[in-house]
Amino acid sequence: MLAKRIIPCLDVKDGKVVKGINFIDIKEVGDPVQCAIEYNRQGADEITFLDITATHEGRGTMIDVVRRTAQNVFVPLCVGGGIRTIDDFRDILRAGADKVSVNSAAVHNPELIREAADKFGSQCVVVAIDAKRDGKGSFHVVINGGRIDTGIDAVEWAQRVYKLGAGEILLTSMDTDGTKNGFDIELTDTISNMLDIPVIASGGCGCLEHFSDVFEKTQASAALAASLFHYGELTVEQVKQHLAKHAIPVRKIKA
Amino acid sequence: MIAIIDYGAGNLFSVKNALNYIGFESCFTKDADELRKADKLILPGVGAFPDAMKMLNASGLVPTIKEQALKKPLLGICLGMQILFEKGYEFYECEGLGLIEGSVKKIESCGLKIPHIGWNDLTALTPCPLMNDVPEQSYVYFDHSFCAETADEHIAAYTTYGQRVPALVMSGMVYGAQYHPEKSGNVGLTMLKNFCTL
Repeated sequence: MLAKRIIPCLDVKDGKVVKGINFIDIKEVGDPVQCAIEYNRQGADEITFLDITATHEGRGTMIDVVRRTAQNVFVPLCVGGGIRTIDDFRDILRAGADKVSVNSAAVHNPELIREAADKFGSQCVVVAIDAKRDGKGSFHVVINGGRIDTGIDAVEWAQRVYKLGAGEILLTSMDTDGTKNGFDIELTDTISNMLDIPVIASGGCGCLEHFSDVFEKTQASAALAASLFHYGELTVEQVKQHLAKHAIPVRKIKA
Repeated sequence: MIAIIDYGAGNLFSVKNALNYIGFESCFTKDADELRKADKLILPGVGAFPDAMKMLNASGLVPTIKEQALKKPLLGICLGMQILFEKGYEFYECEGLGLIEGSVKKIESCGLKIPHIGWNDLTALTPCPLMNDVPEQSYVYFDHSFCAETADEHIAAYTTYGQRVPALVMSGMVYGAQYHPEKSGNVGLTMLKNFCTL
């Protein structure tokens, strides 16, 4: 039976792991390669790096982080953050990543999704959608780390990126992100029900029950969390044991 | 030396990283002589069946691959596994390498999400050396929309996704993994090691 995936996310700046609450206050902690190795040991089904570096030098460092991780960790590796062009895709994939996630650049240039899917295959094109309630019962796509409301309807955008060739959707709720009150069930349910491609739920996870909740109440294929794992509040192993008790299929690994 | 066939399709780096990690030397090659000299061949691939066959045909390597597959172990991975079969039906009917009897068709969705992406468990069917030391119901990483149809004798292990999905197939010295052993954690590394030590 297909297992629900648990994906730890590491925010990386200038080659170091950081974790921002609501994408703003940033403090530095740790080596991303060592963190990825530890998550792999805990049974992570996939690892995501989000590159929040702004400088060119920082980007080069990120490629090196990806390369060193791919030499030591043999589960799928997804890299996002600042991807703008087909060349960015190529550089990240060549460094050993399996998937690339695009966010703002896809909004500015939706054709990038189609081009990347044609060139590298849909399996490596993850479209990250940051969504926020508009107060009138809909969700809007926000970009630039939540700072700009594009006014685009998130449901329509998800359908569009699917048609353009996205292989998966990484769906982050800006309303729940950083709150630790649980995943955004309404948003995740709406988008995951509507699309054939997998949806990764992200934003707001604070305890074990939130993981079982999102899988019991939505069609999400995977759940992503950052600070929870990063600060050692929970291990991937604990999450999987909890899900197994709820009869949710997970990949068990033997040490 | 293990030759990873570089015909323009697929994530070759992951395969090489995994082989390095378990201590086996490999090279990327599009040279027929190198394929002849290699101890074993790996045929990677992502994308679509007809595109991969087009690229493989354009590389001029098809006759060498067919001839070498009778002499040394060959492992196709993901799309590289699919093109080992006689025919594919992605977009339109397309000839494959014909190294394993059978064809490749779209997975019946049965309300499930397609592509079949993620970790799914294996059930062994016909004994295969690549399954040595692999515990029953081990999870491996899949990412595909099409799947093989072939006789049980060619199916070393299958998974279930609405239907029975052949996961590890074989015929003579030709092996094919629908999943990505190079992305399937320790289980995948064990299988690659089994292949490298055939």
